[in-house]
Amino acid sequence: MSIFEYNGSALVAMVGKNCFAIASDRRLGVHLQTVATDFQRIFKIHDKLFLGLSGLGSDAQTLHQRLVFRHKLYQLREERDMKPETFASLVSAVLYEKRFGPYFCQPVIAGLGDDDKPFICTMDSIGAKELAKDFVVAGTASESLYGACESMFKPDMDHEELFETVSQALISSIDRDCLSGWGGHVYVVTPTEVTERILKGRMD
Amino acid sequence: MGDSQYSFSLTTFSPSGKLVQIEHALTAVGSGQTSLGIKASNGVVIATEKKLPSILVDETSVQKIQLLTPNIGVVYSGMGPDSRVLVRKSRKQAEQYHRLYKEPIPVTQLVRETAAVMQEFTQSGGVRPFGVSLLVAGFDDKGPQLYQVDPSGSYFSWKASAMGKNVSNAKTFLEKRYTDDMELDDAVHTAILTLKEGFEGQISSKNIEIGIISADKTFRVLTPAEIEDYLQEVE
Repeated sequence: MSIFEYNGSALVAMVGKNCFAIASDRRLGVHLQTVATDFQRIFKIHDKLFLGLSGLGSDAQTLHQRLVFRHKLYQLREERDMKPETFASLVSAVLYEKRFGPYFCQPVIAGLGDDDKPFICTMDSIGAKELAKDFVVAGTASESLYGACESMFKPDMDHEELFETVSQALISSIDRDCLSGWGGHVYVVTPTEVTERILKGRMD
Repeated sequence: MGDSQYSFSLTTFSPSGKLVQIEHALTAVGSGQTSLGIKASNGVVIATEKKLPSILVDETSVQKIQLLTPNIGVVYSGMGPDSRVLVRKSRKQAEQYHRLYKEPIPVTQLVRETAAVMQEFTQSGGVRPFGVSLLVAGFDDKGPQLYQVDPSGSYFSWKASAMGKNVSNAKTFLEKRYTDDMELDDAVHTAILTLKEGFEGQISSKNIEIGIISADKTFRVLTPAEIEDYLQEVE
């Protein structure tokens, strides 16, 4: 079994009209045994930029700390927040630094850029970026998430419809994956506000 | 610690609180060839005189205005060889920034990094301060920008500035001529007129250099033919 599947995870980000949603499951397990049911995999970098880290839980936390550190130094130096594209390049560079002993994480980056254009992207554990216009997925439930997102996604959804779609896609996908589950954590980000919701699904 | 006796910084505070080495470096700049820069509403121009030691020198082989990135150019007053060290280090810094963030380095950031290098050379052992001041002209998301960096490592943002020989005359001239709504073409004219003020001998397209950057965000050193056109316009 791959180390990426040790703790189990499901991550998805979707683009709507001038907004985006990023969602994850809440399970942290050790193989098939569930250890925690309130695990955080989505982190806020600044008001319009979120980072999700699938894969090994411990590496996700370490990587998050390093990226927050780098972003804070950038903020102090340049007196501005990072653009999502810039942050994605930073994450990619930080990951590739550990090319031959990588962090066992597959990140998902979602943010609102200049004039509130949504940006989403994912990359592998050594920082090869994969940009997408509609949605990106990661984690042990990624295969079922692909299917769910492909059939449910519509372009230019408003933030309410986007929340509904991303939640349904997440809930139905984690039911098909033994290693992720225990409800979900959904962030919907518009230019003016961030809404955070906890979902209940099959809590077993 | 066999080398300790020689590894002290050469710039030691004098009892009156001055760093004489830095002041000497500024003197070296002050006796260098005149350079100036003007920030217009839609771009920046930097210009310098290019006096060569002998008429036998091939003037096409001398380039005093150089590019740091496609959207940032630099000119120096003072010691040419010292400027090349700074240009090399600045270009490397710009490339490193680009490699990390996949976006061009903002002018302020590059200036800050360059100034940091110059500061380091006032405090390190076994080195001397740079005998140059730089004028950095760039255009980025924050619009046109003009910075001056001094040997001490201090830097300033200017609307228009001059350095080298005849600084005070050139600055007084710029103060009289500068307006906030000036456009790039006017700025080039003003730059030429300012250079002309303190110029020994006849100004020509071969003994001055001009670099411009406009809203297209590409820095360009004007060719002698282009300078010739501008020279005719001011006459």
